[in-house]
Amino acid sequence: MAARGSSFLSQRRLASIGRYLLLGFFLLFVLAPIYWMFNTSIKPSSDYLAIPPVWFPDEPTLVHYEAALFTYRGLQGIINSLIVSLSATALSALLGTLMAYSLARFNTGGQHLSFWVLSQRFLPPVGIVLPVFLIYRNLGIHDTHFGLIMAYTVFTLPVSVWMMFAYFRQMPKSMEEAALVDGWTRWQAFWRVAVPLAAPAIVAAAVFAFIACWTEFFFALVLTGRTAFTLPTVFRSFIGFQGAQYGEAAALAIVSLGPSIVLGVLAQKHLVRGLTLGAVRG
Amino acid sequence: MAEVNIQRLEKHYGAFHAVRGIDLEIPDGEFTVLVGPSGCGKSTLLRTIAGLEEASGGSISINGKVVNDDRPRDRDVAMVFQDYALYPHMTVANNIGFGLKARKMPKAEIEKRVGEAAQMLGIVPLLERFPRQLSGGQRQRVAIGRAIVRNPSIFLFDEPLSNLDAQLRDEMRGEIKRLHQDIATTMIYVTHDQIEAMTLADRIVLMRDGLIEQQGAPLDLFERPATTFVAGFLGSPKMSFLPGRLGARDGQVGVAVGEHFMPLPQGRAPDTVKGEKSVLLGLRPEHISRAQGEAPTPGSVRYDALIDLVQPTGSRSYATFRLGREPVVAELQAHDVSRAGQKLALDINMNRASIFDAETGRAI
Repeated sequence: MAARGSSFLSQRRLASIGRYLLLGFFLLFVLAPIYWMFNTSIKPSSDYLAIPPVWFPDEPTLVHYEAALFTYRGLQGIINSLIVSLSATALSALLGTLMAYSLARFNTGGQHLSFWVLSQRFLPPVGIVLPVFLIYRNLGIHDTHFGLIMAYTVFTLPVSVWMMFAYFRQMPKSMEEAALVDGWTRWQAFWRVAVPLAAPAIVAAAVFAFIACWTEFFFALVLTGRTAFTLPTVFRSFIGFQGAQYGEAAALAIVSLGPSIVLGVLAQKHLVRGLTLGAVRG
Repeated sequence: MAEVNIQRLEKHYGAFHAVRGIDLEIPDGEFTVLVGPSGCGKSTLLRTIAGLEEASGGSISINGKVVNDDRPRDRDVAMVFQDYALYPHMTVANNIGFGLKARKMPKAEIEKRVGEAAQMLGIVPLLERFPRQLSGGQRQRVAIGRAIVRNPSIFLFDEPLSNLDAQLRDEMRGEIKRLHQDIATTMIYVTHDQIEAMTLADRIVLMRDGLIEQQGAPLDLFERPATTFVAGFLGSPKMSFLPGRLGARDGQVGVAVGEHFMPLPQGRAPDTVKGEKSVLLGLRPEHISRAQGEAPTPGSVRYDALIDLVQPTGSRSYATFRLGREPVVAELQAHDVSRAGQKLALDINMNRASIFDAETGRAI
C-alpha cells in the first residue's frame, strides 16, 4: 500500500511539474514579445538590431516616447482614438441592447431579421469603402470624429446585437413579468430588471466593440486625414524612406496597450460570464 | 377583495388553440385551483387573468370591470411564479419592496410593510441577503412576501411549489392554506398536482385540452366525477376502471364484469335500465376493504381475491388483484395483507362505485 501510495504521490507531483512547465512556456510565449517591445522602446536607436541582442539597454531613454507622442502626433491620435472608440462603443452598446431585446422578446422582424443583422458582418469592408468615402466627402463629414463614430457604430452593431440577443433569449422571461405585475411598465421592466441582468453580455459586447474600434485601420485611413486621424494610422508614419522607426513604433505600441489592459481588468468579472453566453443556465 | 368573471375566453398561439371558450366565475375570497395535465391551458388561463397574455376572444372582468385591455399593473393582481422570478440583483428587502416602489409609496412606508411581510413569513434575518444566497424554500417565501406586501385584490399562483422537494412542498402548502385563512383574499392557483388541488381548494376547476372538464368542491369532484378523466385524475392510487355490462339479473340491477355480477344498491342504480349497456365500473382503492363477518355489509359485494402485488406504505398497503381480466387496487390496513399470492376475501362497497358510459366516458 505504502509503495503504491508514494508512487501515486510522485505521479501527482510529476503531473503538477508538467503543468507548471507548460504554463511557464505559455507565459513566455505571450509576454516575451511584449517585453521585447518595451525593451525596444527604451533603447537607443543604435541598439535595435545589435548582435548579440541587447536584453536591457545600459542607458534607457524616453526619447522615442517623446518623438512618437509629439513629433509624430501620437498623442493626438490617442485622443482621437479614445473619443471615437468610446463614443462608438457606447452607441453600439445602447442601440445593440435595444435591438437585441426587441429581437429576443418580441420576435421583431420574424425569424430572419436577427440573422440578417449578423449577415452584415459577412460583407468585406473593402467593398463599401469607396462609396462611403464619397458620401462622407459630399456630406462634409470626412475627417471628422462624428463620421468615424457613425461608421464604427454601424460596423460593431451586428456582433453586439448578436451577442446580447443570445443572452436575452436564454434569460427567463418571468423576472420581467414579475416586474410588470409588480406595477412597472414594459420600459421600466427593461431598464430596471432586464438590463442589469444582461450586464455580463452588455459588458462583453462593449469590450469587443471597443477593441474592434481601437485597432481598426482601414476605414480610419480612408475616412480621416490631418484632423480626426486615429492611433493605428499613426503607425503608418514610422515606416519611411530612411527605414523603420522601431523605437517610436514600440513606444506608441506600449502606450496603446494601456486602454485594452485597463478595460480587460475592469471587465474581467463580467467578461468570463458574458463570453460563455447561454452555455450554462442559471 | 375581488371577484373574477370570465366569459367565453379564447387564446390562440398561432395554430395552437390553448383555451377554447371558457366560462368561469370566481367569487370574492375563494381559493380556486386550476388543475389538469400539462398543456391543458391552465397556466395560459392564469397568465391571461394576470394580463401577461392577451386574450384572443371573450372577456375577463374583475369586480365587474372588463380588464382585457388593462396592463398587468392596472389589474391589482399579484403573482407567484414557478421559478420564483426573484430579481437576482436586489436584496430580499428590495425584492419585496420593488412593487411598492413602482407605486411611488414613501420609503418609510415601504420599509414598514416589508418588515411586516417578512415577519409574517419568518424571513426577517434574510432581508439583506441576495436571492442566490437562499434555499429553494426561502426563495419561495420571498416570492410570496413580494405578493403579500402589495395587498392585492387577487393572488395568482403559477405552480409555486413544483420546484421544491416533497417535504418542503407539504410545509409550504400548509402555509399557503393558512395565508388564505388569515387574509381571505381571492386566490387562483395553478397546479398539475391533484393532492395540492384537493388540499388547498375551496373549488377545483379541472381542465383538459383548453376546456373545463368539471368544477366544484374538491370532495364533489372526488366522489361524483362527471367523467372517467376526472375520476382518473383525482385520487392516488387512481381509480380502477373495469369494463362491464350494466343490466338487470334476477330483478336486481348491477354490473357484470366477466362472469361476476355485482349488484348495485338501491339509490346507486339508475332508475330505468333497458336491456344491457356497456359501461366502465370505477372502483377507488379506499372503497375496498378486508371482509369482516359472515356476510358483506349492505351495499357491498364480497369477492375472493388472489393478491398479485403488495405495496406497503407504512400505515396502509396497496394490494393489486384481478377482477375479471382487469387489475384492481385495494387500499387495506397494513396488517390485513402480507404477501403476493395470498388469498383474501374483500368487500367492495358498491355504494361508492362510479359507473361511466363506456362510449362517452360520462358518468351514469
